[in-house]
Amino acid sequence: MSDSIGMPRVRVATTSLAGCFGCHMSFLDMDERLFELVKVVEFDRSPLTDIKHCGPCDIGLIEGGVCNAENVHVLREFRRNCKTLVAVGACAINGGLPAQRNHLDLGDCLQQVYVKRDGIEEGGVPDDPELPLLLDRVHPIHEVVRVDYFIPGCPPSGEAIWKFLTDLIGGRTPRLAHPLLRFD
Amino acid sequence: MGGKFLFDGRPVPFEEGQTILQAARAAGHYIPHLCWHPDFPPHGSCKLCIVKVGGRHVSSCALPARDGMEVESNTPEINGERRALLQMLFVEGNHFCPSCEKSGNCQLQALAYELDMSSARFAHFYPDRPVDASHPDVLLDFNRCIFCELCVRASRDVDHKGVFALTDRGIRKHLVVNAESGRLADTDFAVSDRAADICPVGVILHKRVGFALPIGERKYDEASICTVAMEKGE
Amino acid sequence: MQDAERIAAQAVERHRREPSQLLQILVETQDGIGHLPAASLTRIADLLDLPRSRVEGVAGFYSFLYTEPVGRYRILFSDNIIDRMLGSRGLMESLCRRLEVAPGEVSAGGAASVDTTSCTGMGDQGPAILVNGLAVTRLDEGRVERIASLVRAGTPLVEWPAEYFRVDDNIRRRGALLGEDFVPGAALQAAMARGRQGWLEEMRISGLRGRGGAGFTTAVKWLACRDAPGTDKVVVCNADEGEPGTFKDRVLLASQAERIFEGMTLAAWATGARQGLLYLRGEYRYLLKHLRAVLALRRAVGLLGARILGEGGFDFDIDIHLGAGAYVCGEETALLESLEGKRGTPRIRPPFPVTHGYLGRPTVVNNVETLAKTTLIALQGGAAFAATGTPQSTGTKLLSISGDCAYPGVYEYPFGVTIEHVLEDCGAHDPQVVQVGGASGVTIAGHEFHRRIAFEDVPTAGAFMVFDGRRDPFEMARNFVHFFAHESCGFCTPCRVGTALLKGYMDKLASGKGAKMDLADIEWLDRLLKNASHCGLGSSAPNPVIDTLIKFRPAYERRLVSLDFKPAFDLDAALETARRMTGRDDPAAHLDWREEV
Repeated sequence: MSDSIGMPRVRVATTSLAGCFGCHMSFLDMDERLFELVKVVEFDRSPLTDIKHCGPCDIGLIEGGVCNAENVHVLREFRRNCKTLVAVGACAINGGLPAQRNHLDLGDCLQQVYVKRDGIEEGGVPDDPELPLLLDRVHPIHEVVRVDYFIPGCPPSGEAIWKFLTDLIGGRTPRLAHPLLRFD
Repeated sequence: MGGKFLFDGRPVPFEEGQTILQAARAAGHYIPHLCWHPDFPPHGSCKLCIVKVGGRHVSSCALPARDGMEVESNTPEINGERRALLQMLFVEGNHFCPSCEKSGNCQLQALAYELDMSSARFAHFYPDRPVDASHPDVLLDFNRCIFCELCVRASRDVDHKGVFALTDRGIRKHLVVNAESGRLADTDFAVSDRAADICPVGVILHKRVGFALPIGERKYDEASICTVAMEKGE
Repeated sequence: MQDAERIAAQAVERHRREPSQLLQILVETQDGIGHLPAASLTRIADLLDLPRSRVEGVAGFYSFLYTEPVGRYRILFSDNIIDRMLGSRGLMESLCRRLEVAPGEVSAGGAASVDTTSCTGMGDQGPAILVNGLAVTRLDEGRVERIASLVRAGTPLVEWPAEYFRVDDNIRRRGALLGEDFVPGAALQAAMARGRQGWLEEMRISGLRGRGGAGFTTAVKWLACRDAPGTDKVVVCNADEGEPGTFKDRVLLASQAERIFEGMTLAAWATGARQGLLYLRGEYRYLLKHLRAVLALRRAVGLLGARILGEGGFDFDIDIHLGAGAYVCGEETALLESLEGKRGTPRIRPPFPVTHGYLGRPTVVNNVETLAKTTLIALQGGAAFAATGTPQSTGTKLLSISGDCAYPGVYEYPFGVTIEHVLEDCGAHDPQVVQVGGASGVTIAGHEFHRRIAFEDVPTAGAFMVFDGRRDPFEMARNFVHFFAHESCGFCTPCRVGTALLKGYMDKLASGKGAKMDLADIEWLDRLLKNASHCGLGSSAPNPVIDTLIKFRPAYERRLVSLDFKPAFDLDAALETARRMTGRDDPAAHLDWREEV
């Protein structure tokens, strides 16, 4: 990455919706390149900063699909604030593992888990307003907001994320080719 | 009566009866394909092998080569359309690569890599397609079917069993097996059948060999589908 | 189930255990049972020595074959846009209410099932339905009420008022074909007097082009079939008139069957074929009896069978095959597959049917109207035929006119007639849009009404649907997109998935969730369908969308709620199950879909 002294740093926000934080772990797998990255990047909302709400940003990285109402709010907040929104990982791109429930009826799922399961005595579906309600299906994020780029992988490698971000920050249309482009 | 045609501007010789795809491959030029297989007659359903001849789109697996043809294949326009066809196949079924035993050996996935597909673009259908684990040696995961009919053709024309067929039509089209119960275990399918090893994606899977070769060391992890196809004749 | 197996076995035996008769066997088995139970398919497969999976594959392909039980009265509403404009949707709701059945389901006790079906070819006398495969026309609230009570009483169809099943010809304008009396055998005698070569020469001079839409020169087709190696040639009449809004072949089959069969025989004279097959769409099943009677008559007077008109070596006979609800079978190679008892999947071409057709034999496939026209050429000569029409489009064309006009019906015009002329004749008072050529045809806007019906300008297989100022071109296009998604055979990726996706986008716009990005996606899908599809169904499926997006773009734009992006699904509705399960209704239990992102 080029010398960036005097250049305003690129503001990046990250979050995980219906994901496992594996993509964030992979982000950390950039290892010593993280030092390179922070020379040109500053973080807004992200598990790395603990900032609770996203402000105006250049790039938003979204891990995970959309499985509940809170996911929708967070995703919309990112879309409102980020000039470029990137879907990171299988779940953000096609729903991934959480979307394996999509051919099941949500009502049956909740019944099975909270009411009928062996060992549950006074069962009941949790109704605390603090808990976000589940959508009847899990959706990739591009079915809920407009998405500009996609980094596939479960998770994408640190190498792939690095290549993608350096392309993007360097003003090149990001492109992942074999073997960085992977779906597994 | 053979001849010569231009493939992306380069001369390609052909023999009488060869299709565009066959002649191009013989000359070392790869054309993407999913339903085509070197051991079977052309089928022409996946449309990944579309090329442009004289301004018209044609299936290169099925169209006999003609002298003087000008064929466009590896162009941004055609590759863009091929990518969109892949995206259609991805949204139509349930293709969750991370949990699929075929990952790394899957032609659909490998072609998506080859054609720079980073997302499925369209809305996912998420169809409900229950798996059939009834057979002692083979699992059928219909979620990944791309309707290439290679299993249908292999079972009918090589194994002479007719274990597989397609029923219904349009987007509801689906694979069925040759049993009133609908279960593979109730057919005469055998793990030694040609049809057991023909699936380009992860529908027909052998039991008890899952993940024997780790992800990352598989066929298309090592080399692109273009290289594998041309070097191994697949 | 033993009954089912017995009925299936009888059907197989009636067709001499011939696998190519599979579709006919399935139709007859269903006639006897009501649907096709799993055991009947197994039995049929055993007797025909076919894999059961193949039999199941065929049974699953055709809309009119049911592998699950359906009502004793199967009522299907023709769902073309024209039927809808005549009120079919409201009438269907009314009937469903009266019979206490939901669309697509079977009523309690199994008395009735009510559903929609693709255009049944009654656009000039709709709204139309099929009851157990038989056409009922001119439906109104009164008929719906009466039909509901007939169904509830279990009255057999033969005791229903005959008037309900009346299908009118509604011939409004007669030209050379519809205007002249025809003496069976006269055309054949004239052609035979010229000799086979001389007859082909007259056909060449006539310049006759196929009336099914593609416009291929008939004489060239016949010549190629004649010259193809093989002695067992076949003539096929394509009476699978499935294009929405078309019904002129139905009128020809009803009123000019002699000409059609004589045309097939003329094709046999030219090509040397000995076998003829007429593929009748399932919706026109009510014509079967009449057509078979005409065939019997022609056999009795020596116009079919061995030594036709005493000519040694001129042997030719005709069978009728019944379709079972699959528009794609109008495509000639899909039709051949269907005739062979298979799924109606279009073949790879080349080879073409003229060399490798029915069961691999050289085959001529011609449209009903084309074959009927050949009798004119035989009687008047090719030059006289070519004197009408335009140099590239000789002769006359039958138009099936329906929609917003005073006089719907069949009109015969010389090729080259302008659209405005036709509109004036049929009494269209405020025409805004004309859909020429059916769902796969061309959408004509007002500024184009000077254009001419001809292969070189506005080609058509015969449909001419008129829409006045009250109508919405977007809804027309959406209806056609639904039609194509329903009728796609599913063989190739672009058509199978592309028509389903296109339907999704059109429904998204219709439900008020459209965004500017959707228009770009629609145009991209249009292009993929056009370029990459295997057959004409897929490549013409986007036509109504392409045309209306160009000519009636505001009909799309005014449906947009965002100039950027909107989800296709209702986010708040997607929380409904969770709300119900938790009993919550607090503000956080809702999502406002209008919230700008």
